Amino acid sequence: MSISRRKFLGWLGAAGLSTTLSKAASAATTKHFTGYPDSVGVLFDNTRCIGCRKCEAGCNKVNELPAPDQSFDDLTVLAQQRRTTARAYTVVNRYDKVNHPKGPLYGKIQCNHCLEPACASACFVRAFDKTKIGAVTYDETVCVGCRYCMIACPFEIPTYEYYKALTPRVMKCTLCYPRISKGLLPGCVESCPTESLTYGKRRDLLRIARERIHRFPERYVDHIYGEHEMGGTSWLYLSAVPFREVGMREDLGVTPAPELTAGALSGVPIVVGMWPVLLTGIYAISKRKEKIASAEKEQAVTTAVEQAKAEAEAQLAEALAKAEEEKKKAIESEGQKALKEGDKPQAEEADKTETEEDS
Amino acid sequence: MSEDTATIGKSYFTPFNIIAGLIVIMGLVLTVIRFTGGLAATTNLSDYNPWGLWIGFDLLVGVALAAGGYVTSAAVYLFGMKKYHSAVRPAILTAFLGYALVVLALHYDVGRPWRLPYPFIVQQGTTSLLFEVGACVALYLMVLFIEFTPVPLEWLGFKHARNLVVKLTLLLTVFGVVLSTLHQSSLGALFLIAPSKLHPLWYSPYLPVYFFVSSIIAGLSMVIFESTLSFRFFKHKMDESHSAEKDTIALGFGKAASFVLAGYFIIKVIGISAGNQWHFLTTNYGLWYLVELLGFVALPCFFYAVGVRDKNVTLIKWTAFWTVIGVVINRFNVSMIAFNWHLPSSERYFPHWMEIGISVFIVTVGLIAFKFIVTRMPILYEHPEYKDAH
Amino acid sequence: MESAIHTLHEFMFRTETITYLIIVAALFAITGFWLFLTGRDEE
Ligand code: SF4
Ligand code: SF4
Ligand code: SF4
Repeated sequence: MSISRRKFLGWLGAAGLSTTLSKAASAATTKHFTGYPDSVGVLFDNTRCIGCRKCEAGCNKVNELPAPDQSFDDLTVLAQQRRTTARAYTVVNRYDKVNHPKGPLYGKIQCNHCLEPACASACFVRAFDKTKIGAVTYDETVCVGCRYCMIACPFEIPTYEYYKALTPRVMKCTLCYPRISKGLLPGCVESCPTESLTYGKRRDLLRIARERIHRFPERYVDHIYGEHEMGGTSWLYLSAVPFREVGMREDLGVTPAPELTAGALSGVPIVVGMWPVLLTGIYAISKRKEKIASAEKEQAVTTAVEQAKAEAEAQLAEALAKAEEEKKKAIESEGQKALKEGDKPQAEEADKTETEEDS
Repeated sequence: MSEDTATIGKSYFTPFNIIAGLIVIMGLVLTVIRFTGGLAATTNLSDYNPWGLWIGFDLLVGVALAAGGYVTSAAVYLFGMKKYHSAVRPAILTAFLGYALVVLALHYDVGRPWRLPYPFIVQQGTTSLLFEVGACVALYLMVLFIEFTPVPLEWLGFKHARNLVVKLTLLLTVFGVVLSTLHQSSLGALFLIAPSKLHPLWYSPYLPVYFFVSSIIAGLSMVIFESTLSFRFFKHKMDESHSAEKDTIALGFGKAASFVLAGYFIIKVIGISAGNQWHFLTTNYGLWYLVELLGFVALPCFFYAVGVRDKNVTLIKWTAFWTVIGVVINRFNVSMIAFNWHLPSSERYFPHWMEIGISVFIVTVGLIAFKFIVTRMPILYEHPEYKDAH
Repeated sequence: MESAIHTLHEFMFRTETITYLIIVAALFAITGFWLFLTGRDEE
């Protein structure tokens, strides 16, 4: 039940979808996953680390990485803060400004092999795999080189071979997957002279860590970094000072990466399912409106025509009637005239005959 | 004879052609450097900053500004706003070119471009938002291509094929809107997985919604902006209805953009409130956020409104331009400026000039293609044989 | 099958893959269904 999912679905709900949908969608993740039961990890204890960079050298050797710019015996590099690079899967940093009686503390950075890896969740060709044993591995034969994994990783671990023109790879610690599958120790753990690094089942490491905190409460802060960060990581850390003082972010939260995107992903099928219905509906409505409008227009035209016709007819009829009347009048007057005129000749004739008879 | 060649020579060496030619030559040189020297030779990308200008501008801005295609075709074909019909073809053409160029640009950005089809044919990373973006962009490019085909088909005189495609309009439009909704929002959702890297003012569970809504704004504004440019440079190619509808389109789309901007403003504020990020507003990033929110969301919203009420097309055109810049700024903020805000300035990213060069080159290729098509095919005018055929 | 899933990532990978398949099928299906639904409409 991530907030993001609820919010996103809330928005969809506002777009006209019912709340039952949001319930159904979030039900998919009410299950709680705890990771592969017997997976391994490494516990790093900074109260034991002496900053000798032997782990860096060991990692470089077992992974056959290119030789470093400065030899691993040269500790002056510790004056600067470094990060993982395409040539170094792990680096050690020194933190001078810590409030610690025994002087500076050291930190080791490498892939944390998250229980729910953000890199794997983000990769669109599934180049990363959270293996059963615990290592997050990378398959360069499918990688497209989009570098979204690097955007996604909250620990800023994956690096890229930008300098290669045609075959760049993402580079990151593999937890020495080939070695641990054979029962060997990871290169860094093997070369650590002080047992700052403890390899074992994550479950056991958690117990060991808790025990150390319990036995020496004044030596450690009461927190195992990696137990819950970003949903938990295979690498675990104990520290003498608050973790932010040794370069580790304390603001990452405990939400596993896949959950961050689950909300947006669950919106996809909803859009695909409902948009065509919604859009076709709108289309149908607009078409119907158009039809009605054009029908109304037609109606209006016909009535107008009819009216005009009727008017014209009425006018015609009137005109005809008028004409008829006029005609009648005309005929009548003509008739009278004719009658009158008819009288005249007769009279004349009568006169004539009279005169003829007279003569 | 000599006179003839002289006139031909003259017509080829227009200022546009000279500048475009030079940019293309530069682009080709940079392309060679990119694919022989790798990303390191041409970009300032680093292990902290795996995404730069080619994602921030070419992908995010490119896709957002190509949103005019689905916005316009939805308005005309689905919402029945027939009076904007003359805007459809230019918008579809721009969208098609835009998406084609986005895909071209990705070939520069990814490490092994020939593997771009791998997510679909080799192994599917279905949990990735990028998978969704890739699938939708690929499909939508195809949809746009089909939507666009009536133009060359009319030009070439293939009546049958043309009429067949036109029959598919409704289906293609619905598909286009579905795919656009998905990938426009998913481009924002890409950053959901990195809450620890994106500044809290920009990071929000609403990111996908923000990207989708602002793509509508970008689409509407681009149509207005583009029709202004087209009118300026290709006036002679416009038929009466296109010139006449131009202002109607500006008024209608401006009104829509204003209202969508208002809604966008509201959900942006709600996002701040939901995450309780108010206190960040007084920091430097907060100031910059306010510039974006007030200067490029609230302000254009208001100016559009004034422009629509006063029927002031000039104001609307300038506001469209301003809004487009605002969307560009927003995409830059999310992908570059507010991304990795926690890092010291020495680790922050600023593009290499060659990255800018490639981006300019790609935009120029788009302009050349646009010009080529608009001056030949029935985009800004209706083909005489197909008048009233819709 | 349920017991074989140990991570949310794996769970989402499986469900999302199926979801995408359903989506593709749904798009075809709803287009066909629309044609069926409106098949006897007079223009
Ligand atoms: S630390 Fe980063 S690279 Fe390593 S598994 Fe976790 S997300 Fe992936
Ligand atoms: S760069 Fe490679 S491994 Fe990383 S997300 Fe892209 S395809 Fe996957
Ligand atoms: S586990 Fe192996 S790859 Fe990882 S840092 Fe140690 S030696 Fe290097």
